[in-house]
Amino acid sequence: MTGFFDIPSDLQHSWLGLIGLHLREALLPVLAGLVAALPIAQLCARFRWLYPPVLGVTTVLYAVPSLAFFVVLIDYTGQTELTVMIPLAVYSLVVLVPAIVDGVRSVSQETLAAATAMGFGPLRRYLQVQLPIAVPAILAGLRVATVSSISLVSVGALIGNQGALGNLLADAMFYHRPVLAVNSVVTTAVLAILVDALLVLVRLVLTPWMPPGARPKRKAAARPEPAAVAGEEAAR
Amino acid sequence: MNVLNFVNAFFGDSAHWHGYDGIPHRLLEHVQYSLTALGIAAAIGLPVGLVTGHTGRGGNALALVATAARALPSFGLLVLMFVLLGLGLLPVMIPLVVLAVPPILVTTYEAVRSVDPSPVDAARGMGMTEPRILLRVEVPVALPLILSGLRSAAIQIVSTATIAAYVSLGGLGRYIVDGLYQRDYEKVVGGATLVAVLALVTLTVFWAVTRVAVSPGVRRSA
Repeated sequence: MTGFFDIPSDLQHSWLGLIGLHLREALLPVLAGLVAALPIAQLCARFRWLYPPVLGVTTVLYAVPSLAFFVVLIDYTGQTELTVMIPLAVYSLVVLVPAIVDGVRSVSQETLAAATAMGFGPLRRYLQVQLPIAVPAILAGLRVATVSSISLVSVGALIGNQGALGNLLADAMFYHRPVLAVNSVVTTAVLAILVDALLVLVRLVLTPWMPPGARPKRKAAARPEPAAVAGEEAAR
Repeated sequence: MNVLNFVNAFFGDSAHWHGYDGIPHRLLEHVQYSLTALGIAAAIGLPVGLVTGHTGRGGNALALVATAARALPSFGLLVLMFVLLGLGLLPVMIPLVVLAVPPILVTTYEAVRSVDPSPVDAARGMGMTEPRILLRVEVPVALPLILSGLRSAAIQIVSTATIAAYVSLGGLGRYIVDGLYQRDYEKVVGGATLVAVLALVTLTVFWAVTRVAVSPGVRRSA
């Protein structure tokens, strides 16, 4: 494994620099997706008729392959980081909306009534009761969105070296250095696992009332759980 | 609308409609790769998922496998396999199958495991053998979820097979990759449109299959 960390100079980054770039390109879209998903999910939880059409639109959006998404955006945003980040933000949004809706809906009526009786207004009730209880579901969605985002950034290499660690793959082919491809795959996978573990840790800190390792109980009905199912659509 | 003009120009050009690099041939290639990969992945994922779901054992191991597989970047794996194994169908099939097995496996496991236990007990009380319980009771009830796992896998395969054009595979991705190198944006956008349409057709096919295959009783309770 000689030359594992010898990054070709055309990438203009060190190995650590590529990791930083990769994390930025992967995590900013997830953050943007989360910020956009919260109000949308709240609307869907409030107005039930809104949820099925929103779910339909998100399923269709999710089916659009990332490469197709990237290249169509080139016309508007050029071969830049933004072109990679916009589709990733959309995919994150699509994963997060059902996760948040399910989480917020799972709060029992009694809990809500108790909060109201304690004098909580709608906003405070949302921020201090509904959101904290929905944290496990939201973080489950966030984990899926983040891991898939980290994996998808590599595809950006196809649209003109915007793939951070994925650019190593292109160079592995140009320079016939398989070790660069190994580096890219291993680093990306380790990065994804580490960020995933970090999010599990965040959940443990945010939900001290749940025993570690406990999973939300599944309903016996044959209803597909959008978050769980969408989760399987992630790693493209 | 710039992009729409490009799309129009691409599909209006009769040169794109026949020959080796024509739309019908590329479409056929893409569908062939996708179906092969889906078939192999289903042959691996479905039996294992059904058996583990029925016995209820091995859930943690499956979750571990799924997490690990999800962390592997499929594009990276694709290029790595190509660099290691060279030209051919095998280096492309490996990442596609690796990509598609976890969703099928995990969804099937969860689907069978979350079947209401009372009909299963009733079937056992009626003297049905375990394989018959699995096939006649659990699978029909779990079918919507199992199909959704297959759908996820199929959609991922269709979109990753596009990326496979980067390592010299045929299929619809050819237009995108070649177009980018030739600075022929019309071709790029045309290819992207075709891939997106194929993904949506996949979605529709699975919707239709679900309508037909799922028993009305199960559909009503869902």
